[in-house]
Amino acid sequence: MTSAPLVSIRDLRVAFHGLPALRGIDLDVAPGEAVGLVGESGCGKSVTWLAALGLLPATATITGSVTLDGTELLGAAPAVLDRVRGGRVAMIFQDPASALNPVKRVGVQVAEALRLHRGLDGGAADAEVLRLFDQVGIPDARRRVHIYPHEMSGGQNQRVMIAMALAGQPELLVADEPTTALDATIQAQILDLLRRLQQETGMALVLISHDLGVVAEMCRRVCVMYAGRIVEQAPSDTLFADPRHPYTRGLLAALPDMVGPRRRLEAIAGGVPEPWNMPPGCAFAPRCASAIAACDAAIPVFHPVAPGHDAACIRLDAMVPE
Amino acid sequence: MLRFAALRLGRALLTIALVVTFAFIVLRLSGDPAMMIMSPDAPPEALKAFREAWGLDEPLWLQYLKYFTAILQGELGQSMRDGRPAIELVAERIPATLLLTLPALALKIGLGIPAGIYAALHRNSMTDRVVMTFAVAGFTVPSFVLGLILVLIFAVQLGWLPSGGQEGWRSVILPVISMGLGGAGVLARFTRSAMLEVLGQPYIRTASAKGVPWGAVVRGHALPNAAIPTVTVVGFMVGSLMAGAVVVESVFSWPGVGRLMVVAVANRDLAVVQCVLLLVSATMVTSNLIVDLLYGVLDPRLRGQAPAAGGGH
Repeated sequence: MTSAPLVSIRDLRVAFHGLPALRGIDLDVAPGEAVGLVGESGCGKSVTWLAALGLLPATATITGSVTLDGTELLGAAPAVLDRVRGGRVAMIFQDPASALNPVKRVGVQVAEALRLHRGLDGGAADAEVLRLFDQVGIPDARRRVHIYPHEMSGGQNQRVMIAMALAGQPELLVADEPTTALDATIQAQILDLLRRLQQETGMALVLISHDLGVVAEMCRRVCVMYAGRIVEQAPSDTLFADPRHPYTRGLLAALPDMVGPRRRLEAIAGGVPEPWNMPPGCAFAPRCASAIAACDAAIPVFHPVAPGHDAACIRLDAMVPE
Repeated sequence: MLRFAALRLGRALLTIALVVTFAFIVLRLSGDPAMMIMSPDAPPEALKAFREAWGLDEPLWLQYLKYFTAILQGELGQSMRDGRPAIELVAERIPATLLLTLPALALKIGLGIPAGIYAALHRNSMTDRVVMTFAVAGFTVPSFVLGLILVLIFAVQLGWLPSGGQEGWRSVILPVISMGLGGAGVLARFTRSAMLEVLGQPYIRTASAKGVPWGAVVRGHALPNAAIPTVTVVGFMVGSLMAGAVVVESVFSWPGVGRLMVVAVANRDLAVVQCVLLLVSATMVTSNLIVDLLYGVLDPRLRGQAPAAGGGH
């Protein structure tokens, strides 16, 4: 990374009722950068950003540091967070149908963000809502601003969510599984839209997904998460060409190849360790074919593989390029 | 919306017709008004004359037919006890009942809903537990028990307030509290769980993620959604404005509709009982109707739907 990071996360840890969900996340997002966060459900991808923006319930214990342009967000006053959320950092969610308030017209919900972050009211806000609806590709915007979420399709609702996110002119958009709940054809449209908007506005994008393919297509850089930690980070093409962490390799082996002969897809044996039963060292060791006794001694730190490519594994020398 | 309203109205009228019919059958089969009002020792001729005068000697189906057509024409009959129109007897009791039930309703809403919201927003805190303990106590203690306890403390022991009768506003306090506290408890619990349900919804997180301050999230996003189930319970309370005071009116010897009904049932004074029931069921049905229509206002998803959606409430 060349420029100073927009968001900088250091040793972020989250526990629910004493059970760890995040076990030390370090992550930088540069201005305008597109970063992918992949991993199985429950690995802490969403929790990382919900914690960063103070959106977790009070029962969560959060430690570490999250800074936005040098301003600490963890433990910041509600008024500070309210200006950041939806203003400098916007977030969209997995299931757009339930993420929108069912009893409010969609236009009103978008206008609320305009009022909060840009001080727009009345006619100016109405006009801007229409412009945003056009920008995110909602046809017949003039009529649609007046309808309710249940009267729209899932894809249209996600476009409304995106319009709402853009309303505050954010420097970073966190998209939490934005297409998981949508049909395949709609998925592609929404991803295209996100890519186009990112280019148009120059905002940074964090794409949270369990779908490596989606992330590879959208993001310059990918972080792979496992059991509450980032285990490998690399430029997308490098990660696919030369995965080093055994978990990343397992994930890729589980994907079908587009070219070459058909082969049996390989599942990773075993399951993710339960939060109350974390191994003392590497959380992936119990499922790892290359594990040795030393893997259980300590949680592995990042080892550089190449510039911009790190993997948290002590057996990297055994993990020769495939 | 018009079709929605028309269907609801039709069903409301059907409900009233069924209540009236049921009351007619039960009362006519459960005792002889002539015996009750004239006393069983009255000479047979007098009893016969009484039955003829009130049409009680006719076949039951004919009595019912006459009674039902009379109702449709707005004619509710006379009290067999003193010959006055039943509707007059009932109407003059309504203000007394409302004098108790309206403040009690205000107490239920004014205490129950804010307490429930507060408890939900401070879930599992000490305050939440205290509020919920009082709420459970409030609705598990029957109103007449609470009434008697209040009388014991404030009338008998302290002598601050009258134990019954009508001595101005001071007589209203104890009955209103004994009716209102239980309802406030019910409403507090209901509001709390409705709020908790809503606060856990993804759209609440969306509102926070959009930068809406927490107070505005609660007021603008959570309350309008939590209002939908809460309105159901408030609707039942509004519906029982007439019937809700039967027990408490007896405890505090308050001359309202409830006491009139108790006396009329004991006498099998059919016209009066049926007039009270008509009033009670009309109130209940009207408030249900309003609740159904309010659903449509509060929840855009229910607008223009067939009654099936709101039918279970």
